[in-house]
Amino acid sequence: MLVSVLAARNMIDLGRDYDVVVMGGGNAALCAAITARQAGCSVLVLEHAPRDFRGGNSRHTRNLRVAHDVPTSVLTDRYSEDEYWQDLTRVTAGQTDEALARMTIKETGSILPWMESCGVRFQPALSGTLGLARTNAFFLGGGKALVNAYCATAQKAGVDILYDTEVQQLHLEGGALREITVSSKGFPVTLRVKTAVAASGGFQANLAWLQEYWGEAAGNFLVRGTPYAKGKVLRELLRQGAARVGDPKQCHAVAIDARAPKFDGGIVTRLDCVPYSVVVDQNAKRFYDEGEDFWPKRYAIWGLLVAHCPQQIAYSIMDSKSLPLFMPSVFPPVTSETIGGLASQLGIDPEALQTTIAEYNAAVRAGAFNGQVLDDCRTEGLTPPKSHWAQRIDAPPYYGYPLRPGITFTYLGVKVNHQARVMMEEGSPSDNVFAAGEMMAGNILGKGYLAGLGMSIGTVFGRIAGREAAKVAHH
Amino acid sequence: MRTTDAIEDARRAMQVCNSCRYCEGYCAVFPAMELRRSFANEDLGYLANLCHNCRGCLYACPYAPPHEFGINLPRTFAEVRNETYEEYAWPRPLAAAFKNNGVVLSLAAGLALVAVFICSMMLHDPAYLLSKHTGAGSFYKVIPFPVMLAASILTFGYAVLALVMGFFNFWRDIGGRTGDIFSPTALKTAASDALSLKYLGGGGHGCNDQDESFSSHRRWSHHALFYGFLLCTASTIVAGIYDHFLQWIAPYPFLSLPVVLGTLGGIGMLVGCGGLFALKLLADQTPAARNLLGADVALILLLGISALSGLALLAFRSTSGMGVLLAIHLSFILALFLVMPYSKFVHSVYRSGALLWNAIERKSKHE
Repeated sequence: MLVSVLAARNMIDLGRDYDVVVMGGGNAALCAAITARQAGCSVLVLEHAPRDFRGGNSRHTRNLRVAHDVPTSVLTDRYSEDEYWQDLTRVTAGQTDEALARMTIKETGSILPWMESCGVRFQPALSGTLGLARTNAFFLGGGKALVNAYCATAQKAGVDILYDTEVQQLHLEGGALREITVSSKGFPVTLRVKTAVAASGGFQANLAWLQEYWGEAAGNFLVRGTPYAKGKVLRELLRQGAARVGDPKQCHAVAIDARAPKFDGGIVTRLDCVPYSVVVDQNAKRFYDEGEDFWPKRYAIWGLLVAHCPQQIAYSIMDSKSLPLFMPSVFPPVTSETIGGLASQLGIDPEALQTTIAEYNAAVRAGAFNGQVLDDCRTEGLTPPKSHWAQRIDAPPYYGYPLRPGITFTYLGVKVNHQARVMMEEGSPSDNVFAAGEMMAGNILGKGYLAGLGMSIGTVFGRIAGREAAKVAHH
Repeated sequence: MRTTDAIEDARRAMQVCNSCRYCEGYCAVFPAMELRRSFANEDLGYLANLCHNCRGCLYACPYAPPHEFGINLPRTFAEVRNETYEEYAWPRPLAAAFKNNGVVLSLAAGLALVAVFICSMMLHDPAYLLSKHTGAGSFYKVIPFPVMLAASILTFGYAVLALVMGFFNFWRDIGGRTGDIFSPTALKTAASDALSLKYLGGGGHGCNDQDESFSSHRRWSHHALFYGFLLCTASTIVAGIYDHFLQWIAPYPFLSLPVVLGTLGGIGMLVGCGGLFALKLLADQTPAARNLLGADVALILLLGISALSGLALLAFRSTSGMGVLLAIHLSFILALFLVMPYSKFVHSVYRSGALLWNAIERKSKHE
């Protein structure tokens, strides 16, 4: 009965046995769905979000990292597989599965034409991201335009997409998934499964789960992306014998404006002001070298730095010299003619902040300021130091931005093999469950982050998962 | 420019967009936005007129409704644009025409019809209107030549004057000086952008004129209407030359230059109006400003009926229906000229101005 009611509403027949059921609706899920459909399978996509918010975190992305030996229409120069691998080794400090990582990197070299065949369009690197013009291909219109293109391609090819449909339970027998229980627009439905692709992201939007590892601090995290990443599929797989990878505390997190909405604030809440400011905690004490390296190389560590501050809050303080140096963000800075006034407005102790700024100013050694290079403007005798771009904070008005950890996605995931098959704890691959995207990114990204890598992993493993699921379904 | 709800909404949207910039590959608005960190009312008026309403940015926007930021730039800019039309209208008291523009245009068309018919009947024997006239000068038996000439020169001349005055109001407000207009390279860029409707191209893939999918329907419809309109204008000018300098009196044979130009132009306008009208009704309404639908549809219909009545006149000019058809055709042309500076038609003036300012701005950035 319910099945027929739902079918009438959606024109999708849930009583039918699909060859491939894809759990998730983002980049990896859609790549898997399209690939499986192109291989001749019937495909059903289960997307937790309503149509307006479809696409998971992919709707907030803007590029993916691609190896290439010669310049292409959208990528300059060359970016060899080896250089890509070295970049990855550096950010993960070796916490990666080298074989899977190298395979992923190699595969990125051939994905752009396929993406274009699916309606994804590219453009030259966005302004303010020139550092990425060589390594990353930018989507025209950003990630939501990419999701729109993939959804249109999938639906045109005959993939059924069910929105407002959350996976509740998986029913595994040994390494085989038999049934999936979902709540579709509020109605419970159980689907029989031939093969399945798990591509429903991390658990970053599940604050209760985050609290298991972060305690009370998790309550102060902001979630930059989709509020639908509850991690139910991941939890079900781990509960029923899938092998886990990744440190559950590790995640891609950046420092964002503390005034951002709890979920879905996306790119506009990011702050690029850190290297041109000093950052203090709620006691008005500095805690890390703001000018350690170029921002694109350091932005990904500041999320966890702020997460370890008392009350998970910090404040970026600067004067009028710094304001034009970074891209504007969505909320205007807190502004005052005096450091004390700024501290009061931000809710920190004015005297303590005045002392910190005075000590910092006294330690600044004049140099030739240049935001484009690791310049010689630094502090001397200050702990922690500010190694570059250190200028005295003395030209009012003074500006401050409150910072919170903004979590993008968690790295805890399921272990997969080269076929994107989910590995079970006892060491054998699952019969019919494949994984792609953030749910398995931890295989490659043990810690740290490399801009555009999440979308690369999602695209490469989405396609592998779709292809391999199709093989099993046909068999 | 005064501060209004639409202006405040646009300012807030620009604050979000300028922190995101994902859309910068779509059109000229976003690169122009990136040259600024804060947005004065005049900046917003300029950006709103630079926007061609291709709607790509709405469908690509992660902050579009129902997201709490609720960014709907095509709609916001459409509202701001309409306010700039009011703001810069000349003379100022007539700005009120933009408030209920659909009604104003409909009334103007109705009054023009009545006026032309009364005029025709008063100046000649009313029976002339319903009798068959053929041969040189037959049109002037319905409306005397001097009246036709005087009415068209006066109304068209006034329309051009009002449009030019409006342009300078806009130009001054966004910070332009008269001398800035005469920059050959900028003029060339702006003309090419305007005549090709480059920014309805969505970076080369068409625009979201119906929904999330990309198409060039609107671009080609607009081209058909615009170039059709130009051909009709050319036809009128050629006919004027024939009449005045060569003493060849209308109507002209089917294969004469004025008739060929007018026929092609009329068909182009009809095709264009039909395409644009269909889009107005069928396209996703999310990015559309509902309160401006009347103004848009009224102008499309006015142009479409002008073209249709012209073609009908051509088809039936040797029958006894000619008199009535001519009177109808001239009524709509009269209405079009009268309302031109107080209708959606003004978008051509302000958008061209915005494209020119954009070309100047980009040039000075590169120098």
